[in-house]
Amino acid sequence: MEDQLTKEFICQPENLVYERTHLLTENALSYCPGCGHGTAHRLLMEVIEEMGLQENTIGVAPVGCSVLAYDFMNIDMQQAAHGRAPAVATGIKRLFPNKTVFTYQGDGDLAAIGTGETIHACNRGENITVIFVNNGIYGMTGGQMAPTTLPGMKTATSPFGRDTKSMGYPLKITELVAQLGGTYYVTRQSVHTPANVRKAKKAIEKAISYQKLDKGLCFVEIVSNCNSGWKMTPLDSNVWMEENMFPFYPLGDIKVPK
Amino acid sequence: MKDIRLMKGNEAIAEGVIRAGCDGYFGYPITPQSEVLEYLMMNKPEERTGMIVLQAESEIASIHMVYGGAGCGKRVMTSSSSPGISLMQEGISFLAGTELPCLLLNVVRGGPGLGTIQPSQSDYFQAVKGGGHGDYKMIVLAPASVQEMYDFAKLGFELAFKHRIQVMVLSDGAIGQMMEKVELDEQVPRLTDEEIAIKYPWATLGKPTTRERNIITSLDLDPVKQEKINIHLQEKFRHIEQTEVRFESFMCEDAEYLFVAYGSSARVCQKAIQLGRAKGIKVGLLRPITLFPYPTQEIARLSKQVKGILSVEMSAGQMVEDVRLAANGAVPVEHYGRLGGIIPAPDEVLNVLEEKFIAKNNHGRSAN
Ligand SMILES: Cc1ncc(C[n+]2csc(CCOP(=O)(O)OP(=O)(O)O)c2C)c(N)n1
Ligand code: SF4
Repeated sequence: MEDQLTKEFICQPENLVYERTHLLTENALSYCPGCGHGTAHRLLMEVIEEMGLQENTIGVAPVGCSVLAYDFMNIDMQQAAHGRAPAVATGIKRLFPNKTVFTYQGDGDLAAIGTGETIHACNRGENITVIFVNNGIYGMTGGQMAPTTLPGMKTATSPFGRDTKSMGYPLKITELVAQLGGTYYVTRQSVHTPANVRKAKKAIEKAISYQKLDKGLCFVEIVSNCNSGWKMTPLDSNVWMEENMFPFYPLGDIKVPK
Repeated sequence: MKDIRLMKGNEAIAEGVIRAGCDGYFGYPITPQSEVLEYLMMNKPEERTGMIVLQAESEIASIHMVYGGAGCGKRVMTSSSSPGISLMQEGISFLAGTELPCLLLNVVRGGPGLGTIQPSQSDYFQAVKGGGHGDYKMIVLAPASVQEMYDFAKLGFELAFKHRIQVMVLSDGAIGQMMEKVELDEQVPRLTDEEIAIKYPWATLGKPTTRERNIITSLDLDPVKQEKINIHLQEKFRHIEQTEVRFESFMCEDAEYLFVAYGSSARVCQKAIQLGRAKGIKVGLLRPITLFPYPTQEIARLSKQVKGILSVEMSAGQMVEDVRLAANGAVPVEHYGRLGGIIPAPDEVLNVLEEKFIAKNNHGRSAN
């Protein structure tokens, strides 16, 4: 028996319990080890694959660490200018109402430079899905302050901590868009534990499947770590996230279909 | 029977894009071109052809909606006037970097800043030299009549898709607002999604198993690859310079003096030529129809024939630089223009020609 437990013996089709989605390319992820972006990519691609939507989906990549999302997602994609992904997705979806269209954006992209496009795409009720990775910092450009940076949090451009008096308050854009008539489903998730990964995947599934109903924009925030920008080990960053980010950005559904 | 109508320039191009088989318009109101969006909303192109019309929240959103639609191989456009076109420049540069075809209309008003809502031609540099960042060119068409506003809708889309390039119709407040008769032509059918997939294999329509994924991006972090992309773009622009120059010559055969002018200024110059010819001054007009590619060779040829060239433009002197480059010192080149939304009068333009060149020749000194 024991000498049968070889690699060849174990790796048989009938023993398969989990497989990497074919909608992720073979390219090595450019993300820092420990970063949540990779998990978020995987969940999104798993959902598209499981729903059989590869041939029907057009994704929009942002400017930010995930600018190269199209290197990793094996679907047709467009790379948008910084903050403009919701406008690009609007252009696609209006011309192809039957396609599945999503944007994948960071907090600087979605809640600073692109606030206008975010709010108006939500308010018009564009039938798209927005995946919003909120790590409280500008990862790509080297850890500067983001609109979502917590009070007192140190970044490259708030080296003594975010002073709300001069730098303003972190923007809860997800709560904000939930108020708008055009959003249909708004939720906040995380991908830092297996349990959270499962919940986040469910949320993405809903957000993608609701597109067919033509009822409005679905918005999935993923509170995530930026271990490099926060200057922590991946493990420490997840603990810090639980202790500091979650109290301010509580997980859970914010707007659910009636 | 011919379908002839009396229309504003802005309405004519709106009707033109519907009939040219446009799939989508995205725009934001601004004087003096709001009639484009208004006409489209009023005429329900969605019912006529299935064309989508959307009022965006800003010109920034408009141009990126155009990007999204163009990336799917659709015939899409936006229109605006000067301040709005300034806002779009990053998006235009992205369209250039991704080689996405689209139609852009600038009904120019006077600047800088909020300036005036009156006509001007002070956005020539922005349109022709590349108002956004990076080495790029657009094809720039300059209509001088309401009929050309209409015609350039179809021509614009044809050129845009032929070369995978952005085509800007550079009009002005006078051409946009004035009414003239327009001869309309037949409706061009919109392409079906199947036709798009065959004609434009680069379009992002969803990845079938039969091909690799399509990616629309202007990013390449590897400088060697990025240089190759840029060289490819430059080769395309050089090819367009060889093949797409358009201009109109008016009374140039025997001309001793030459006006070079486009759009509204060209109409003023035509009238000035009549006044001049009545006085015995042999003057002609070269009207560039494409501002990029520029009719450099034709101006170079004429500069060997005439004694002086007056570039007339409602600006402080932008196009004159290209006229000088074309003439390359063969003949004196001067600029005349009014600013702030004023259209010069024909006799005013003729006087300037006489002062700058003819009085000078007669008296051996400048009349200024
Ligand atoms: C118009 C423009 N302004 C600024 C930048 C520089 N820039 C690139 S990414 C970025 C911030 C991205 O941060 P975020 O959206 O939070 O994504 P992350 O990298 O953290 O995933 C900035 C400011 C740019 N590319 N374009
Ligand atoms: S910089 Fe931050 S957000 Fe970007 S890949 Fe690294 S950990 Fe992730």
